[in-house]
Amino acid sequence: MPNDIGHSASSKRREDVRFLTGVGNYTDDIDLHRQSHVVFLRSQVAHGRLKAVETTAAAAMPGVLRIFTGADFEGVGGIPTGWQITSRDGEVMQEPGHPVLAQGKVRFVGDMIAAVVAETEDQARDAAEAIELDIEELPAVIDMKAALAEGSPKVHDDLTGNLCYDWGFVEDNRDAVDAAIKAADHVTTLELVNNRLVANPMEPRVAIGDFAPGTGDSTLYTTSQNPHLIRLLMGAFVLGIPEHKLRVVAPDVGGGFGTKIFHYAEEAFCTFAAKALKRPVKWTSTRSEAFISDAHGRDHVTKIELALSKEGDFLAVRTDTHANMGAYLSTFAPAVPTWLHGILMAGNYKTPLIYVNVKAVFTNTVPVDAYRGAGRPEATFQLERVIDKAAREMGFDPIELRRRNFIHDFPYATPVAVEYDTGDYDATLDKLLEISDHAGFEARRDASAKKGLLRGLGINCYIEACGIAPSNLVGQLGARAGLYESATVRVNATGGLVVMTGSHSHGQGHETAFPQVIAKMIGIDENMIEIVHGDTANAPMGMGTYGSRSLAVGGSAMVRATEKIIAKAKKIAAHLLEASDADIELKDGQFSIVGTDKSVAWGEVTLAAYVPHNYPLDDIEPGLEETAFYDPTNFTYPAGAYSCEVEVDPDTGRVTIERFAAADDFGNVINPMIVEGQVHGGIGQGIGQALLEGAVYDDNGQLLTGSYMDYAMPRADDLPFFQVDHSCQTPCTHNPLGVKGCGEAGAIGSPPAVVNAVVDALQRAGLDVTHIDMPLSPARVWSAMNS
Amino acid sequence: MYSFEIERPATIAEAVAALKGEDAQALGGGQTLIPTLKQRLAMPGVLVSLAGIDAINGISRNGAGEFCIGGGSTHAAVAGGAGAYPALAALAGGIGDPAVRNRGTIGGSLANNDPSACYPAAALGSGATIVTNAREIAADDFFQGMFTTALDEGEIITEVRFAVPEVANYQKFEQPASRFALVGVFVAKYASGVRVAVTGASEEGVFRWAEAEAALSADFSAAALDGLTMSAAGMIGDLHGTAEYRAHLVAVMTRRAVQAAG
Amino acid sequence: MTDVTLTVNGTQVTAQVEGRTLLVDLLREDARLTGTHVGCDTSQCGACVVHVNGEAVKSCTMFAVEADGAEVTTIEGMANADGSLSTLQQAFQDHHGLQCGFCTPGMVMSAAALLKENPKPSAQEIRDYLEGNICRCTGYHNIVKSILAASGQDAGAIAAE
Repeated sequence: MPNDIGHSASSKRREDVRFLTGVGNYTDDIDLHRQSHVVFLRSQVAHGRLKAVETTAAAAMPGVLRIFTGADFEGVGGIPTGWQITSRDGEVMQEPGHPVLAQGKVRFVGDMIAAVVAETEDQARDAAEAIELDIEELPAVIDMKAALAEGSPKVHDDLTGNLCYDWGFVEDNRDAVDAAIKAADHVTTLELVNNRLVANPMEPRVAIGDFAPGTGDSTLYTTSQNPHLIRLLMGAFVLGIPEHKLRVVAPDVGGGFGTKIFHYAEEAFCTFAAKALKRPVKWTSTRSEAFISDAHGRDHVTKIELALSKEGDFLAVRTDTHANMGAYLSTFAPAVPTWLHGILMAGNYKTPLIYVNVKAVFTNTVPVDAYRGAGRPEATFQLERVIDKAAREMGFDPIELRRRNFIHDFPYATPVAVEYDTGDYDATLDKLLEISDHAGFEARRDASAKKGLLRGLGINCYIEACGIAPSNLVGQLGARAGLYESATVRVNATGGLVVMTGSHSHGQGHETAFPQVIAKMIGIDENMIEIVHGDTANAPMGMGTYGSRSLAVGGSAMVRATEKIIAKAKKIAAHLLEASDADIELKDGQFSIVGTDKSVAWGEVTLAAYVPHNYPLDDIEPGLEETAFYDPTNFTYPAGAYSCEVEVDPDTGRVTIERFAAADDFGNVINPMIVEGQVHGGIGQGIGQALLEGAVYDDNGQLLTGSYMDYAMPRADDLPFFQVDHSCQTPCTHNPLGVKGCGEAGAIGSPPAVVNAVVDALQRAGLDVTHIDMPLSPARVWSAMNS
Repeated sequence: MYSFEIERPATIAEAVAALKGEDAQALGGGQTLIPTLKQRLAMPGVLVSLAGIDAINGISRNGAGEFCIGGGSTHAAVAGGAGAYPALAALAGGIGDPAVRNRGTIGGSLANNDPSACYPAAALGSGATIVTNAREIAADDFFQGMFTTALDEGEIITEVRFAVPEVANYQKFEQPASRFALVGVFVAKYASGVRVAVTGASEEGVFRWAEAEAALSADFSAAALDGLTMSAAGMIGDLHGTAEYRAHLVAVMTRRAVQAAG
Repeated sequence: MTDVTLTVNGTQVTAQVEGRTLLVDLLREDARLTGTHVGCDTSQCGACVVHVNGEAVKSCTMFAVEADGAEVTTIEGMANADGSLSTLQQAFQDHHGLQCGFCTPGMVMSAAALLKENPKPSAQEIRDYLEGNICRCTGYHNIVKSILAASGQDAGAIAAE
């Protein structure tokens, strides 16, 4: 059992105290002096031509300070996208403009037409309702395949059609894959939908713009996973504010799950309007507004084919996916169905030939971008579902079919451009069978049958690419940013440390886990170390927290900076001990001369750095502060195996999750308690996707699931306790901590387990059901059983 | 929300008078009304809160043995106070969530007559009497279609009287998101016959399933329902379930209610 | 505008409010107690749960005027008198029952109401009681464990069953 302090220990989270006593500092808790409020008038039609926006009467209403429309932003940049994809034919993707407020057309229900700034939010809302709109409604483009059909209405008139890009990967493999599939003993085909989701962090988005006329400095407080990235995108591409005149603060953030990565127009608006009005401007999203303005996730329609030999060897995989971009390209949207999806299509298996084709499509819906897992759940779901289907078609045990095709030799170069550094897929699968009590399934199935319920078992594996990502690689792949991380470690005179990191914690517990790493390196109490994040005025630069990258990349930067600190501190210690710094070792907070009992304490060295009376001033500067940037040399590859047992009520189609187990290999683990919590949360969201959640538009582009009345969020009674294990550890070989990342695994690994389990339950009951699209609502399951 | 005033009368008479004001509307627990107001789907000038009227609070038995539940009684109060009518107490204890049950009232729920609400099934299934400041209305006459009741403008539900059946049970199949009834069936067996009331399913709101009542009045057993199906005509169809699915669930939930009632 | 006076965490608070002012707005803006959160507008997420006269209610679905004269307890009033975490709060920290912290105030307030009614709830009773409190981070696993532990039960053993 781990103890509860230090490295590999479940230190209790220090941030919990403020959250548990109600004194956290979320963005909506901030109220600035003379603050005004903005309410956005959003389009209620999915597609229309804006003929007139009449604001005169509204502007005269009580408390209104100013009403902004698209015309106010004509000289202002648009919301940029951070990734450029190149199509199979060598053309770069079509990239439409994205104005802060709509100009000429509205393109989805929720598109912002006007912004009313008033003394109070109620006044702004009252006035927004008084704006008179003349919109010529146009036919909405909702279905992706229809959007690509000849003669379809266009979301963007200035583009050649609704196709954003047509990506082939690896294009050079295409003919070989086609040939292998044609020649194979068996080909299993599955058509499926990866359902559109709404991330729904419990804290709705908030933005507060502020402007200091005296200095000309702008400040944005925002609910962001990466304030530095917002500063870069908004400053450089939208508003033309250099970084040194723009500060972005993301204080306590109430969950992100991807949807708070992106730079949103509301942020740019509040920053812009604060300067225009010389007053702070605050926007607080309602939940209803969040449903039509937060970027959605997933929304892929896929056909996958798996070719096998009659012995069960995987020979080739070919996929054809349509990926919804929504009406505009959100920050990372183009990368999600391509690089974050295609490079995972090998899964845990040595399939030699893979070809992935993705057509990204514009529709009159909310923009779609990364949501927990981002591309990797889509890859895992289709692969693990088609393997299950193949096993049933060919009469193989689904576990043994997977084992037969596992990769065993590492490093392993996949046919989809990545090199897995390390892993042990048999180990996690063995561990899964143990912790899930696989052997007891039949007895539990009998017990369910006695209650008239159909029990099924679903198992799958997963792999993900995390620790995003080597900058030179992603640059070649079209990224418009580097994906390093930075950290500044400041040691104070009395020995305490402040770490300013570009990673951002919005639930992940960095304030607790990061100090554990440094405490071990130096040998001091972790409570002497404080983590500062979420403010561009502190950390030098940051790419933020997503893609399970914080510890692997941000933590590595922190380690590098701390190594520099230790190197300098050793020089100081050597001076104090009148020795050579090569002879100094640091252990348990004491610098000593190797092989002697002469030592000096950490606190004496740090004091000397700031009170340099006895100090090697000729050789080194006073002070003890170092910065490091860390750029990973590869992705990390967490992997594992998941299992789910369900009961299906044959009378109603209702599915209940009876057991759920996860065996993950995250490499080294710093704080097991936090790691387990991350997995729990991911599983909760994965089960949510599989059973409950789905954003649904009608043909007119109205979101039918626009609140918790119709969008089913997982609740406590929808979920069981989970059995999770991370004791299989093959440390990452290329970062200093040997960590792989754990934030997304649960959401990636769990949906196929659930669907495999339900299909298993129905097939064991003699029903010819090979697939049901998520969410597996009672109505859908019943319908599948009775069709 | 649009702007409005709130009045807090202490007596039924004061409330009735206040409700005569222009654009006045009664406020029960507000658990449905307040979300509606937030969406700006209603624009009252005055909300008349009924929470301060002691006369419409409380649960008692009358001389006829009926449960008399004050219109202002919260779901939590009924869940805890209607122990002698366990099916009713269980139904009340399954509405919404604990915090909602501490505010939402029986009068508010019945007056709203949401097609997916639970209480209309209990009232219709029990042949309850809805007592207002002006009159007594039989449940059979009270529910007049989705969100429509026999209440006149400004009329307040002061009490709901339930005759206690020999056995009864309510089975709710929840809509996965809202947790309202996708289909809810209340079955009550009285000496005079069996009543079966269905909520959540019909475009007309709560209704009685006459064929099931006849079959169960003759033989109160699940077997009596064999072969009985509900037509999908007039059932609600939406993203949570087709009309056919709801019709199917009506039969399933009715059977389960009979089995559970014992 | 109407004057309302209520007692919040033992302190009298008077505020001028409109009819449409919600209790949560009074708490966050007038009393500047920002621990109570708003996570939805359909009365479902439960981030806003407080106790009014000892009962859990959703403060986003109650008008401030209706709380006139009431005793209100919020998350800021849940710690021990010396400022240390209460047994329930401590159990949430010990069992990692929170991540981003946004739903946490409502979770703690609902859990406190549950334990008052039912001092030794089963895991299933806890899950049922939390129907009106949505958490997006934890999958509820550690929330349920925290409440089991706060009620003096062996949370680890129950979760492993």
